[in-house]
Amino acid sequence: MKTFTWVALAVALLLGVAVAPFASSRLDGLERVAEDNGFPGRGEGEPLVSSPVPDYAFPGVGSEGWATAAAGAVGTLLTFAVAFGLAAALRRRRDK
Amino acid sequence: MHIPDGFLDAKTFVALDVVGAGFVAVAAARVRRVLNERAVPLMAVLAAFIFAAQMLNFPVAGGTSGHFCGGALAAVLLGPWAGVLVMTLVLVIQALAFGDGGILALGANVFNMAVVAPFVGYGLYRLIRRVWRTEAGRFAGSFAGAWLAVVAAATACALELAVSGTTPLAVVLPAMVGVHAVIGLGEGVITAAALAAVRVSRPDLLELARGGGAQ
Repeated sequence: MKTFTWVALAVALLLGVAVAPFASSRLDGLERVAEDNGFPGRGEGEPLVSSPVPDYAFPGVGSEGWATAAAGAVGTLLTFAVAFGLAAALRRRRDK
Repeated sequence: MHIPDGFLDAKTFVALDVVGAGFVAVAAARVRRVLNERAVPLMAVLAAFIFAAQMLNFPVAGGTSGHFCGGALAAVLLGPWAGVLVMTLVLVIQALAFGDGGILALGANVFNMAVVAPFVGYGLYRLIRRVWRTEAGRFAGSFAGAWLAVVAAATACALELAVSGTTPLAVVLPAMVGVHAVIGLGEGVITAAALAAVRVSRPDLLELARGGGAQ
Protein backbone atom coordinates (compact mmCIF):
# COMPACT_ATOMS: atom_id res chain seq x y z
CA MET A 1 0.00 0.00 0.00
CA LYS A 2 2.96 2.26 0.71
CA THR A 3 4.30 2.20 -2.85
CA PHE A 4 0.84 2.81 -4.31
CA THR A 5 0.23 5.70 -1.92
CA TRP A 6 3.51 7.46 -2.65
CA VAL A 7 3.25 6.98 -6.41
CA ALA A 8 -0.36 8.22 -6.45
CA LEU A 9 0.58 11.22 -4.28
CA ALA A 10 3.44 12.00 -6.68
CA VAL A 11 0.99 11.90 -9.61
CA ALA A 12 -1.38 14.26 -7.75
CA LEU A 13 1.51 16.63 -6.98
CA LEU A 14 2.60 16.55 -10.60
CA LEU A 15 -0.91 17.55 -11.67
CA GLY A 16 -1.20 20.30 -9.06
CA VAL A 17 2.28 21.73 -9.63
CA ALA A 18 3.25 21.10 -13.25
CA VAL A 19 -0.10 20.92 -15.05
CA ALA A 20 -2.29 23.35 -13.07
CA PRO A 21 -0.41 26.49 -14.28
CA PHE A 22 -1.47 25.54 -17.82
CA ALA A 23 -5.15 24.97 -16.99
CA SER A 24 -7.80 26.98 -18.80
CA SER A 25 -8.56 30.33 -17.17
CA ARG A 26 -11.94 30.66 -18.88
CA LEU A 27 -15.03 31.04 -16.70
CA ASP A 28 -16.27 27.71 -15.34
CA GLY A 29 -19.78 26.36 -15.95
CA LEU A 30 -21.48 28.13 -13.05
CA GLU A 31 -19.53 31.39 -13.57
CA ARG A 32 -20.57 31.35 -17.24
CA VAL A 33 -24.25 30.86 -16.36
CA ALA A 34 -23.99 33.68 -13.79
CA GLU A 35 -22.31 35.97 -16.34
CA ASP A 36 -24.88 35.21 -19.05
CA ASN A 37 -27.81 35.77 -16.69
CA GLY A 38 -26.60 38.93 -15.02
CA PHE A 39 -25.81 37.77 -11.50
CA PRO A 40 -22.00 37.43 -11.34
CA GLY A 41 -21.70 40.51 -9.09
CA ARG A 42 -23.64 38.79 -6.32
CA GLY A 43 -20.67 36.55 -5.68
CA GLU A 44 -18.16 39.36 -5.44
CA GLY A 45 -17.46 41.77 -2.61
CA GLU A 46 -15.66 41.18 0.67
CA PRO A 47 -15.34 37.47 1.45
CA LEU A 48 -16.55 36.45 4.91
CA VAL A 49 -13.25 34.78 5.69
CA SER A 50 -10.16 36.06 3.95
CA SER A 51 -8.47 32.96 2.58
CA PRO A 52 -4.67 32.68 2.85
CA VAL A 53 -4.26 31.64 -0.82
CA PRO A 54 -7.07 33.36 -2.75
CA ASP A 55 -7.91 32.01 -6.22
CA TYR A 56 -5.18 29.36 -6.15
CA ALA A 57 -2.42 31.97 -6.48
CA PHE A 58 0.18 31.90 -3.72
CA PRO A 59 0.62 35.48 -2.49
CA GLY A 60 4.05 37.05 -2.88
CA VAL A 61 5.02 34.86 -5.84
CA GLY A 62 5.68 37.16 -8.78
CA SER A 63 4.86 35.02 -11.77
CA GLU A 64 1.29 33.80 -12.18
CA GLY A 65 2.39 30.32 -13.23
CA TRP A 66 4.67 29.81 -10.22
CA ALA A 67 2.00 31.22 -7.88
CA THR A 68 -0.41 28.57 -9.16
CA ALA A 69 2.23 25.83 -8.89
CA ALA A 70 2.97 26.83 -5.27
CA ALA A 71 -0.76 26.84 -4.45
CA GLY A 72 -1.07 23.41 -6.10
CA ALA A 73 1.80 21.98 -4.06
CA VAL A 74 0.56 23.38 -0.76
CA GLY A 75 -3.06 22.41 -1.42
CA THR A 76 -2.30 18.86 -2.55
CA LEU A 77 -0.02 18.14 0.43
CA LEU A 78 -2.39 19.84 2.90
CA THR A 79 -5.34 17.82 1.59
CA PHE A 80 -3.34 14.58 1.82
CA ALA A 81 -2.19 15.31 5.37
CA VAL A 82 -5.60 16.36 6.69
CA ALA A 83 -7.39 13.45 4.99
CA PHE A 84 -4.83 10.97 6.34
CA GLY A 85 -5.19 12.39 9.84
CA LEU A 86 -8.98 12.29 9.79
CA ALA A 87 -9.18 8.79 8.28
CA ALA A 88 -6.63 7.48 10.79
CA ALA A 89 -8.57 9.12 13.64
CA LEU A 90 -11.83 7.54 12.43
CA ARG A 91 -10.13 4.16 12.33
CA ARG A 92 -8.65 4.54 15.81
CA ARG A 93 -12.08 5.34 17.19
CA ARG A 94 -13.39 2.11 15.68
CA ASP A 95 -10.74 0.09 17.48
CA LYS A 96 -11.81 1.38 20.88
CA MET B 1 -19.64 24.66 -9.86
CA HIS B 2 -18.50 25.93 -6.47
CA ILE B 3 -21.20 28.36 -5.35
CA PRO B 4 -19.75 31.58 -3.87
CA ASP B 5 -21.45 33.43 -1.03
CA GLY B 6 -24.08 35.81 -2.37
CA PHE B 7 -25.65 33.50 -4.95
CA LEU B 8 -28.00 31.80 -2.47
CA ASP B 9 -30.51 33.37 -0.08
CA ALA B 10 -30.45 32.70 3.66
CA LYS B 11 -33.23 30.10 3.82
CA THR B 12 -31.54 28.05 1.10
CA PHE B 13 -27.98 28.11 2.43
CA VAL B 14 -29.03 27.57 6.06
CA ALA B 15 -31.20 24.59 5.09
CA LEU B 16 -28.36 23.08 3.05
CA ASP B 17 -25.79 23.74 5.80
CA VAL B 18 -28.01 21.66 8.11
CA VAL B 19 -28.61 18.92 5.53
CA GLY B 20 -24.92 18.82 4.58
CA ALA B 21 -23.82 18.56 8.22
CA GLY B 22 -26.34 15.75 8.73
CA PHE B 23 -24.98 13.74 5.82
CA VAL B 24 -21.38 14.23 6.99
CA ALA B 25 -22.27 13.09 10.53
CA VAL B 26 -24.00 9.94 9.24
CA ALA B 27 -21.10 9.29 6.85
CA ALA B 28 -18.52 9.59 9.66
CA ALA B 29 -20.51 7.20 11.87
CA ARG B 30 -20.94 4.63 9.08
CA VAL B 31 -17.38 4.81 7.77
CA ARG B 32 -15.94 4.50 11.28
CA ARG B 33 -17.57 1.09 11.70
CA VAL B 34 -16.09 -0.43 8.54
CA LEU B 35 -12.93 1.50 7.70
CA ASN B 36 -10.12 -0.96 7.10
CA GLU B 37 -6.38 -0.44 7.16
CA ARG B 38 -5.86 -0.09 3.41
CA ALA B 39 -8.67 2.43 3.08
CA VAL B 40 -6.89 5.04 5.25
CA PRO B 41 -4.04 5.86 2.81
CA LEU B 42 -6.42 5.38 -0.14
CA MET B 43 -8.80 8.02 1.26
CA ALA B 44 -5.89 10.40 1.81
CA VAL B 45 -4.34 9.99 -1.61
CA LEU B 46 -7.72 10.13 -3.32
CA ALA B 47 -8.51 13.43 -1.59
CA ALA B 48 -5.13 14.82 -2.70
CA PHE B 49 -5.68 13.62 -6.27
CA ILE B 50 -9.18 15.10 -6.42
CA PHE B 51 -7.91 18.43 -5.06
CA ALA B 52 -5.13 18.61 -7.67
CA ALA B 53 -7.32 17.39 -10.55
CA GLN B 54 -9.97 20.01 -9.68
CA MET B 55 -7.40 22.71 -10.48
CA LEU B 56 -7.17 21.51 -14.07
CA ASN B 57 -9.82 23.45 -15.94
CA PHE B 58 -10.24 22.25 -19.51
CA PRO B 59 -11.93 24.40 -22.16
CA VAL B 60 -15.41 23.47 -23.33
CA ALA B 61 -17.59 25.21 -25.92
CA GLY B 62 -18.59 28.86 -25.73
CA GLY B 63 -15.63 30.42 -23.90
CA THR B 64 -16.32 28.26 -20.87
CA SER B 65 -14.20 25.78 -18.95
CA GLY B 66 -14.90 22.87 -16.68
CA HIS B 67 -12.96 20.73 -14.30
CA PHE B 68 -13.06 17.28 -12.76
CA CYS B 69 -15.31 16.90 -9.71
CA GLY B 70 -14.36 13.47 -8.36
CA GLY B 71 -17.52 12.48 -6.50
CA ALA B 72 -18.17 9.40 -8.62
CA LEU B 73 -14.53 8.27 -8.52
CA ALA B 74 -14.41 8.50 -4.73
CA ALA B 75 -17.71 6.59 -4.41
CA VAL B 76 -16.75 3.84 -6.86
CA LEU B 77 -13.41 3.26 -5.09
CA LEU B 78 -14.49 3.70 -1.47
CA GLY B 79 -18.27 3.41 -1.41
CA PRO B 80 -20.64 6.39 -1.34
CA TRP B 81 -20.38 7.20 2.37
CA ALA B 82 -16.59 7.40 2.41
CA GLY B 83 -16.99 9.36 -0.84
CA VAL B 84 -19.06 11.91 1.09
CA LEU B 85 -16.20 12.36 3.58
CA VAL B 86 -13.43 12.64 0.98
CA MET B 87 -15.36 15.15 -1.13
CA THR B 88 -16.39 17.21 1.91
CA LEU B 89 -12.80 17.49 3.05
CA VAL B 90 -11.69 18.74 -0.37
CA LEU B 91 -14.50 21.32 -0.41
CA VAL B 92 -13.68 22.53 3.12
CA ILE B 93 -10.01 23.06 2.23
CA GLN B 94 -10.96 24.82 -1.02
CA ALA B 95 -13.36 27.17 0.78
CA LEU B 96 -11.13 27.97 3.78
CA ALA B 97 -7.68 28.09 2.21
CA PHE B 98 -8.34 29.05 -1.40
CA GLY B 99 -11.54 31.09 -1.33
CA ASP B 100 -13.14 28.65 -3.80
CA GLY B 101 -16.82 28.30 -2.87
CA GLY B 102 -18.50 30.34 -0.15
CA ILE B 103 -18.37 29.73 3.59
CA LEU B 104 -22.12 30.10 4.08
CA ALA B 105 -22.66 28.18 0.83
CA LEU B 106 -20.41 25.32 1.99
CA GLY B 107 -23.43 23.18 2.87
CA ALA B 108 -24.86 23.69 -0.63
CA ASN B 109 -21.55 22.79 -2.25
CA VAL B 110 -21.24 19.75 0.03
CA PHE B 111 -24.79 18.69 -0.86
CA ASN B 112 -24.19 19.04 -4.63
CA MET B 113 -20.67 17.71 -5.00
CA ALA B 114 -20.15 15.56 -1.88
CA VAL B 115 -23.62 13.99 -1.50
CA VAL B 116 -25.54 14.11 -4.80
CA ALA B 117 -22.50 13.38 -6.99
CA PRO B 118 -21.17 10.33 -5.06
CA PHE B 119 -24.59 8.74 -4.53
CA VAL B 120 -25.87 9.31 -8.08
CA GLY B 121 -22.54 8.24 -9.59
CA TYR B 122 -22.32 5.13 -7.43
CA GLY B 123 -25.98 4.25 -8.02
CA LEU B 124 -25.69 4.26 -11.81
CA TYR B 125 -22.31 2.50 -11.67
CA ARG B 126 -23.75 -0.37 -9.61
CA LEU B 127 -26.85 -0.56 -11.79
CA ILE B 128 -24.75 -0.91 -14.93
CA ARG B 129 -22.41 -3.43 -13.32
CA ARG B 130 -25.36 -5.55 -12.27
CA VAL B 131 -26.28 -6.18 -15.90
CA TRP B 132 -22.76 -5.87 -17.38
CA ARG B 133 -20.43 -7.80 -15.11
CA THR B 134 -17.26 -7.78 -17.19
CA GLU B 135 -14.33 -5.39 -16.89
CA ALA B 136 -15.74 -3.46 -19.84
CA GLY B 137 -18.85 -2.95 -17.70
CA ARG B 138 -16.69 -1.49 -14.94
CA PHE B 139 -15.35 1.21 -17.23
CA ALA B 140 -18.63 1.88 -19.05
CA GLY B 141 -20.38 2.04 -15.67
CA SER B 142 -17.85 4.43 -14.17
CA PHE B 143 -17.93 6.67 -17.26
CA ALA B 144 -21.73 6.83 -17.28
CA GLY B 145 -21.95 7.17 -13.50
CA ALA B 146 -19.44 10.03 -13.49
CA TRP B 147 -21.29 11.83 -16.30
CA LEU B 148 -24.64 11.54 -14.52
CA ALA B 149 -23.05 12.57 -11.20
CA VAL B 150 -21.92 15.90 -12.67
CA VAL B 151 -25.24 16.52 -14.44
CA ALA B 152 -27.16 15.69 -11.24
CA ALA B 153 -24.95 18.00 -9.15
CA ALA B 154 -25.46 20.79 -11.71
CA THR B 155 -29.22 20.19 -11.56
CA ALA B 156 -29.17 20.51 -7.76
CA CYS B 157 -27.10 23.70 -8.09
CA ALA B 158 -29.63 25.16 -10.58
CA LEU B 159 -32.56 24.29 -8.28
CA GLU B 160 -30.81 26.04 -5.37
CA LEU B 161 -30.21 29.19 -7.44
CA ALA B 162 -33.86 29.20 -8.55
CA VAL B 163 -35.24 28.58 -5.03
CA SER B 164 -33.05 31.47 -3.85
CA GLY B 165 -34.73 33.75 -6.39
CA THR B 166 -31.36 34.47 -8.00
CA THR B 167 -32.49 33.48 -11.47
CA PRO B 168 -35.57 31.74 -12.92
CA LEU B 169 -35.46 27.95 -13.09
CA ALA B 170 -36.48 27.96 -16.76
CA VAL B 171 -33.26 29.86 -17.53
CA VAL B 172 -30.75 28.39 -15.11
CA LEU B 173 -31.70 24.71 -15.34
CA PRO B 174 -31.11 24.25 -19.09
CA ALA B 175 -28.00 26.46 -18.92
CA MET B 176 -26.40 24.53 -16.03
CA VAL B 177 -27.39 21.09 -17.34
CA GLY B 178 -26.30 21.98 -20.89
CA VAL B 179 -22.76 23.06 -20.02
CA HIS B 180 -22.29 20.28 -17.44
CA ALA B 181 -23.48 17.63 -19.89
CA VAL B 182 -20.31 18.52 -21.83
CA ILE B 183 -18.07 18.87 -18.75
CA GLY B 184 -19.45 15.49 -17.60
CA LEU B 185 -17.81 13.80 -20.59
CA GLY B 186 -14.43 14.93 -19.23
CA GLU B 187 -15.49 13.67 -15.80
CA GLY B 188 -16.33 10.29 -17.30
CA VAL B 189 -13.01 9.99 -19.13
CA ILE B 190 -10.93 11.00 -16.08
CA THR B 191 -12.90 8.70 -13.76
CA ALA B 192 -12.53 5.69 -16.07
CA ALA B 193 -8.83 6.47 -16.66
CA ALA B 194 -8.14 6.75 -12.92
CA LEU B 195 -9.88 3.41 -12.33
CA ALA B 196 -7.80 1.87 -15.13
CA ALA B 197 -4.63 3.15 -13.43
CA VAL B 198 -5.72 1.61 -10.11
CA ARG B 199 -6.60 -1.65 -11.88
CA VAL B 200 -3.15 -1.90 -13.44
CA SER B 201 -1.25 -1.10 -10.23
CA ARG B 202 -3.47 -2.41 -7.40
CA PRO B 203 -6.49 -4.39 -8.70
CA ASP B 204 -7.35 -5.50 -5.14
CA LEU B 205 -8.28 -1.89 -4.28
CA LEU B 206 -11.14 -2.02 -6.79
CA GLU B 207 -13.09 -4.35 -4.50
CA LEU B 208 -12.61 -2.23 -1.39
CA ALA B 209 -15.99 -0.52 -1.69
CA ARG B 210 -17.86 -3.82 -1.92
CA GLY B 211 -15.92 -5.78 0.65
CA GLY B 212 -17.17 -3.42 3.32
CA GLY B 213 -13.74 -1.80 3.18
CA ALA B 214 -14.82 1.76 3.57
CA GLN B 215 -18.49 1.70 2.84
